[in-house]
Formats: sequence, C-alpha cells, structure tokens
Amino acid sequence: MTSVVGHKPLSLGRVAIHATLLLACAVYLVPLLVMLLTSFKTPDDIRAGNLLSLPEVFSLIGWIKAWDSVGGYFWNSVKITVPAVLISTLLGALNGYVLSMWRFRGSQLFFGLLLFGCFLPFQVILLPASFTLGKLGLADTTAGLVLVHVVYGLAFTTLFFRNFYVSIPDALVRAARLDGAGFFTIFGRILLPMSVPTIMVCLIWQFTQIWNDFLFGVVFASGDSQPITVALNNLVNTSTGAKQYNVDMAAAMIAGLPTLVVYVLAGKYFLRGLTAGAVKG
Amino acid sequence: MASLQLCNVHKRYGAGQPDTLKNIELKIDSGEFLILVGPSGCGKSTLMNSIAGLEDITGGQILVDGQDVSGMSPKDRDIAMVFQSYALYPTMNVRDNIAFGLKMRKVAQEKIDEEVARVAKLLQIEHLLMRKPSQLSGGQQQRVAMGRALARRPKIYLFDEPLSNLDAKLRVEMRTEIKLMHQRLKTTTVYVTHDQIEAMTLGDKVAVMKDGIVQQFGTPHEIYNDPANQFVASFIGSPPMNFVPLRTRLHDGQCFGLLESATGVAGQARCELALGEAAELEGRELLLGVRPEQIQLAGADSTLPSLTAEVEVVEPTGPDTLVFVSLNDTKVCCRVAPDAAPQAGARLQLQFDPARVLLFDAASGERLRPGKRQATERKVAQLKRG
Repeated sequence: MTSVVGHKPLSLGRVAIHATLLLACAVYLVPLLVMLLTSFKTPDDIRAGNLLSLPEVFSLIGWIKAWDSVGGYFWNSVKITVPAVLISTLLGALNGYVLSMWRFRGSQLFFGLLLFGCFLPFQVILLPASFTLGKLGLADTTAGLVLVHVVYGLAFTTLFFRNFYVSIPDALVRAARLDGAGFFTIFGRILLPMSVPTIMVCLIWQFTQIWNDFLFGVVFASGDSQPITVALNNLVNTSTGAKQYNVDMAAAMIAGLPTLVVYVLAGKYFLRGLTAGAVKG
Repeated sequence: MASLQLCNVHKRYGAGQPDTLKNIELKIDSGEFLILVGPSGCGKSTLMNSIAGLEDITGGQILVDGQDVSGMSPKDRDIAMVFQSYALYPTMNVRDNIAFGLKMRKVAQEKIDEEVARVAKLLQIEHLLMRKPSQLSGGQQQRVAMGRALARRPKIYLFDEPLSNLDAKLRVEMRTEIKLMHQRLKTTTVYVTHDQIEAMTLGDKVAVMKDGIVQQFGTPHEIYNDPANQFVASFIGSPPMNFVPLRTRLHDGQCFGLLESATGVAGQARCELALGEAAELEGRELLLGVRPEQIQLAGADSTLPSLTAEVEVVEPTGPDTLVFVSLNDTKVCCRVAPDAAPQAGARLQLQFDPARVLLFDAASGERLRPGKRQATERKVAQLKRG
C-alpha cells in the first residue's frame, strides 16, 4: 500500500528526530543486551571478551545455576504478588464504586484521606506495619506481606476506580436500582464488566509495584519466605568465591521477566485505561 | 395500572438549604398521563426521582393505588423509568437490557423470552436484539430504553425528558409514538419535560412548576386558556403570550384599559377595553395578557374595540405569519394568516375581544379576575329567560 502520508521528504529535521530517537532507544536497550549476552556466556568467556561481544558458545549454565539459587524465591514472589494484586484490585474497585456511586456523609473527606496513602513513603510505615503484623501473628509470613501490599496498594487502586466510575453517569445505577438490582448486583453485573481497561491498569500497576518491591520484602519476610528481589540481592552481594556474572545476569533477567511479560501482554490496555474518561466516547 | 397521588410532598436537601419541593399536591387516575413541566431547576426532576424512590422526601406522602410508598426502596415500588441519557447497560446487548429487570425479579426464562418478544415487536426493534447499545442510533436507544420499562409491566411509568437528546425531526416522531403507545396501553405515566409543546400534546394533566411549587395543575386546555398566573401564561404557548402594561381610566365604577400604538394617526391609534369592576383593580399596576392568535385583523362590521398600528417586523413561519407591532411601547406579536400578511411599515387595523384577554398584577404576576358587568348582565338575561 502506498500512503500519501508516508512519503514526506527526508529533511534535516526529520533525520535529527530519528537519530535522537534511535540514540534514546539504544541507551535503553544496551543494558538489556549486555545482560542477555552475559547471561549466556561462560565465566571464562566473560573474562576474555568485552561487554558487547557475542558469546563463543551459548551456554545455559548461568540460567540453570541462577534458577537453582533463586527459583524457590521466584515462586515466593508469585505467591505474594498474585493474591496481593487480585485482592487490592477487587477491593479498590469496590471502594471506588462506593465512593463514586453511593456517596455517604463525609465520603469526600474519606477519599481525600485515602489519597494520602499515595504520597506516603514506604519507610514511614515500616515500624507501625511490623508492630501491627506482630500483633496479628503474621510477622515473617507470606500472608503478612500480602496484607501490607494490599493495604498500601488500596490507595492507588481506589483512586483509579473511583476516577473511572465518576465518569459513568449516575442514571445507569439508578436504572439498575429501579430494575431491582441490589448493591452487589449492580457492581458485579453492570459496573465491573465496563471496567476492563481500569482493571488492566490496576493489574499492571500493582503487579509491577509488588513484584519489584524490595523494602517490604526485606523487612517483613525472612529466610525461605523472601521474595525474589531480596534473593537476587543476596545472590549478587555474596562476597565469597569468584563473581559469577553470568549467574547474576540470568537471575536478574528471571526477576525482571514477569513484569516485562505483563507489559507486553496488557500494555495496550494500560494506555487505554490511563486515558479512559479523558475523552467522552 | 395504578393511580398516583402526591400529598403535601416536601423536600429539602439539608438544614438551612432552601426548599426544593414545597407542598406538592397532585393526583392522577389510573391510565392518565401527567406532565411535569417547568424551567431548569424548578424541581420537576427531583419530584420524579422522589416518586421513583431514588431520592427521599422530607415530608408528605406518595400514594400508589392508595398505598403510601414513600418509605419503600425503588425496587419495591414497581415503577419503571426512562432516562434522558437512556442509561442502557453498555456491556449487555439489547435483549439482556430488556430482560435485566425481569431477571432481577426472578421471572422464569420462558416468560422472559415471551416478554422480550412482545416488547420488541411493539417497538419494532426485533432486528436489534443482539446489538450492543453503542451500535444503535439515538432513536433506537430511545426505543430500547422504553422497551426496558415496558417489559416489566410496572404500575407507573416515569419519563425523564426522554426526547431531549434526539434531533428535532425524530423528536416529533417519537412524541407521536409515545402518545400512540399510551393510547394503546393506557399506562399511568408521569413525564418530565421543559418543552411546552410536549406538555400540551401529550398530557391528560399538566403540572406547571417553578421554584419547587406547582403553579397550576390542570388539563392542557385549562393551562393554556385559563392560566393561574403570569408565569404559567408566559411559559405555555409559542410564541409566548404578550404582556402589555396598561394605563387605566375609571368611569361609572368600571375600569377601562388604554391601548395606544405609536403611529400618530389621530383618533385611531388608541382604544379602550372594558376590564371590569373598578374596585378590584384600583391602585394596581396592570398587565394585559393576550395571546398572538387572539389579536385579530378587524373586519368592517366589527363592534369589538380596535386600533390602527404600524407593522414593524413580519416573520413568516409557514402555517401562519407573525406580525410585530408596538402597543403602549411594548412589542406585541400577532398571528395572522399568511395570505393576509402585510408588509413591514404597513398599517393594520387590530381588534381585541375583551372577554378573552387576561389581566395580571404587574408586581406579583397574580392573575386578576375582576367581576364583569357583561357577565352579570348575561346572568340576569338567563334568569329572565328561565
């Protein structure tokens, strides 16, 4: 197909723009390339060549060793992330629904206070949270870590859903009430099916936050229940023996892959969801 | 179907807030079509939401078939509503939209299918049943919204400005269809609009509202011909009623209003209208209310008061032509037949029927009904005959 738009003259300005974009692209991609190349090299190969040289033989030894040392923690992360993401998204949707459609006295104030949660630095809540977890008997457990992530994430998920539901006309809820639907029926049958883009935003946002979290993981989990981020840190920072860069890089790739996959699979929803409500349509 | 009665309904949004609805008293019988009409912010939508149960009232009673429903939740009132924005469920297709209310009421599946088929046939939307609301045009969405209300066979139907999102042509079509539907199904209906033509054409009863108060409640004929005050008179009718400030002259216990045009033709540029007993009108600023079609071109043998006025603007609308003249320094609209329409600048001989013009107090807008000698004379004549 020849399109009229595609045939613009190659001016100096356009060359400059493309060059800048390519450069920026390279800046972002080169570290990934270095990591990938190094993870497939043998230790001897790493010492012999430079950072960007291709491996002499593609060896999976780094990946196998990495999986041996962090594989268990990978599943820890899955066990923490999946429930925390699902629970915080569902509760956020419910919160947003109540705050936008069933306004109660003081609901605006409530929402304002909830928003503070978005601005709280992680460090501030470490002590109160560990105190609370201790009282609940959840210290050093996966469930405890899930609870911390859910509570911390609620501020964000509530904000996302509330802002989406505010853009939906009240008449929809009124119509459903007259049709005889109750509180949860309206939520489950009418609003939730409309919220797919916002659900996607929440899933990606929460998944990235929780999977990549290090601080809560290192503070609230210990030993075998630690998430992969903490395990990766422990692996890379071991001071005994020779540095095995291929293993480090492979472990880092393993730790980073799930977020990458989530973005690739649901990225288009993320953009759509972020702009949802911006334009009426 | 059911009757609906509102007793002393009162609504206030919070302490210190002004009253949104004040002492609303309305009653319609089973199968009647009630129009709530008024300008934006007059409380008509609040009143409708209160009937539906979507808002609580702070005083009074709402009786459906004599039973007070004001404490009930919306789903228990058995009332269906068509919204201005249609409020169709966007993720469901047309069939599910119509069936939703029935499903919520746990109606058996065969019965639901039967009802959906009946409603779809009635509204001619059978070919749209599998579509999503976003794939429908405005008029089709409107039909589906009506279908959703009809499927439940509720006691009362509420329409909240259902036609205001449609374009002008479709609006007229749907108006006729709603009327036809009501004639066929004889459903008790409450219909909110700010469009006075919809109010006149659709309603069995019309309640004109302003500032949370029912200004007048009556048949369209009563509202049009016998308005309770200046607001009702000006709100209903298009082009609106003319209001002309009057100077008065007292003679023999009777009050006469003076009309004057700016032509300067001596002797013919003014006339007097007998208004009624002087006692009731003395000391008031008066407004003469006269509808455009009530000002007529004077025939040669007319005995009615008439005057000559100069035509300032002529607006042909098709079926009739609007002619504007100045009387008592106020622009006055007259409706004349197109073939009798004059040119701008021409002089017209206009006549008024004192029996049909209305009088209002200029300060309060209140309708004045002074006793008329003619009326008493007529009664005397009847008595003599009897």
